[in-house]
Amino acid sequence: MARITAGVASSHVPAIGAAIDNKQTEEPYWKRVFSGFEKSKEWMAKAKPDVAIVVYNDHASAFSVEIVPTFALGCAAEFPPADEGWGPRPVPTVQGHPELASHIAQSVILDEFDLTICNKMEVDHGLTVPMNLLFGSPKEWPCPVIPLAVNVVLYPPPTAHRCYMLGKAIRKAVESFPEDLNVVIFGTGGMSHQISGPRAGLINSKFDKAFLDNLSKDPKKLTRISHLEFMREAGAEGIEMVMWLIMRGALDDQVNEVYRFYTVPASNTAVGHIILENKRKASGKRPAGKIAKNAKDAKIKRAAARKTIDIRRG
Amino acid sequence: MPRKAQDYDDIPGTFVFDAERSREGYGINMFCMSLMKDANRKAFKADEAKYLKKFPLTPEQADAILKRDYNRMLELGGNIYFTAKLGATDGHSFRHLAAVMTGSTQEDYAKMMLDGGRTVEGNRSRSGRDKPAGKPKSKSKTAKSRSKRG
Repeated sequence: MARITAGVASSHVPAIGAAIDNKQTEEPYWKRVFSGFEKSKEWMAKAKPDVAIVVYNDHASAFSVEIVPTFALGCAAEFPPADEGWGPRPVPTVQGHPELASHIAQSVILDEFDLTICNKMEVDHGLTVPMNLLFGSPKEWPCPVIPLAVNVVLYPPPTAHRCYMLGKAIRKAVESFPEDLNVVIFGTGGMSHQISGPRAGLINSKFDKAFLDNLSKDPKKLTRISHLEFMREAGAEGIEMVMWLIMRGALDDQVNEVYRFYTVPASNTAVGHIILENKRKASGKRPAGKIAKNAKDAKIKRAAARKTIDIRRG
Repeated sequence: MPRKAQDYDDIPGTFVFDAERSREGYGINMFCMSLMKDANRKAFKADEAKYLKKFPLTPEQADAILKRDYNRMLELGGNIYFTAKLGATDGHSFRHLAAVMTGSTQEDYAKMMLDGGRTVEGNRSRSGRDKPAGKPKSKSKTAKSRSKRG
C-alpha cells in the first residue's frame, strides 16, 4: 500500500523565489534564509519520496475572485508554473500523479470533504518555492506532485480543525491506494506575517515557536486556535498556517521531529520550517530518510513501484 | 448599508478581506487581475482613468486606485494579493507596498523588519484587549498557560 512517511512544513515567501531566480542566494540577507534548508535538502535526497502532496495556497494566479474553492485538488498530469505578472518562474513544469490524486479525491469526498477537482491548473510560488527549498533547482522535479490548493485569501479559510481532519482523511485515502508508494506531504505558508494595511510587518516569534512546538508534540491544541486569534497574534496573512495542520493531520499522532529552522525576516515574513517523520512501523515501508539495513531492497521495491506506474501511465 | 460589525474589526490596522468586502471590491480585484496581461498593463498606463471605466467601480474605488491609496483600496474591498498586481505594474514589490501602507519610509520599514518586525505587543486590539487571546471567561490559570504559548 502507499504510505505517508513524513511531513514537511515551510514558508513560501515569494521573495525567496525571486532570490533564487535572480541568483541572490549567496547574498548575506538571503544566505541566512537558504542555509537553514541545506540539511533539509540532504534529508529529502535520502527520503526519495515517490510522490509529494503539497498543500499550498494560490495567490490570485490560478483563481481570481471569480471562483474561490476552499479545497482544490490537482488531478491533472501536469501543472505549469503560473505567470504571476512578471512571467512564469523559471522552474520545471510540475508533473502530477493523476492516479493517486483521483483516488484521494474519491476517498475524501466520501469521507465528507467536498473537494473541488482541478484537471487543469497552473501553480504559483506558493507551491514552487517550498519545492525549491527542499529539492533545490533541478532540471526536472524528482517526483510527481499532487497540489492541494486551500483558500486562505478570502475570509474565512477552513478552520484549523477542519484542516487537521482533512489531513486524516487524506492519510486514509493514501493508505487505501494499492501501490507501494512512499508519500511525503508538505504544509506551506506562514509563519507570522501581515502584508496588508497599517499593521503590515507584524511578526510574533513567540507565537511561531509555540506553534512549532505544538505541531510536533500536541497538534490537537493547535486545532482549537480560532481565526480571530490567528489574525490577531500572527497577522492577517499568518492565518495561512492552518494549511500546516492538513500536513500534520496526515501523520501519526506521535512523530519524530527531525529538523527545525526559524528565521526573521524574509521580506515581510517569519520563515518557519519543520520536518516530522512517522515512527517506524513493524511492517510496510521504513520512514523516509532513515537508512535501514535493507535499504537496498527498499530501493529496488521503490524502483519497481515506479516502474509499475510508468507502465500504467504508458 | 453600513458594514456589519465583526469580531476581527477589533484588530488594529487591518482590513480583513471577508465576504462583504469581496462583494463590494469585486471590480477592484478584477481590474487588478486584468493587469496580469502585458497588453492590459500598457493600456492602463496609457490612460488610467479611461481604462478603469471598463470595470464596475464606485467613484471612491476609482479614486483610490488612481491615487494609489492602498489602504483605502483594502477598505473598499480590494485584496492585497490583487492590489499587489497594481503595485507590480508600477514596479513595486510586496515589501515596498507594505512600507507605503504603514506610512513608513522604505528604509525605516526595512530596518524594522531586520530588527524582528512589528511587535504584537500594543498591536493586538483597538479596544485595549492587549493580551494574548484567551477564552472570555478563562480563569487566571488558563490565561497564564495561554500567554505562555504566546
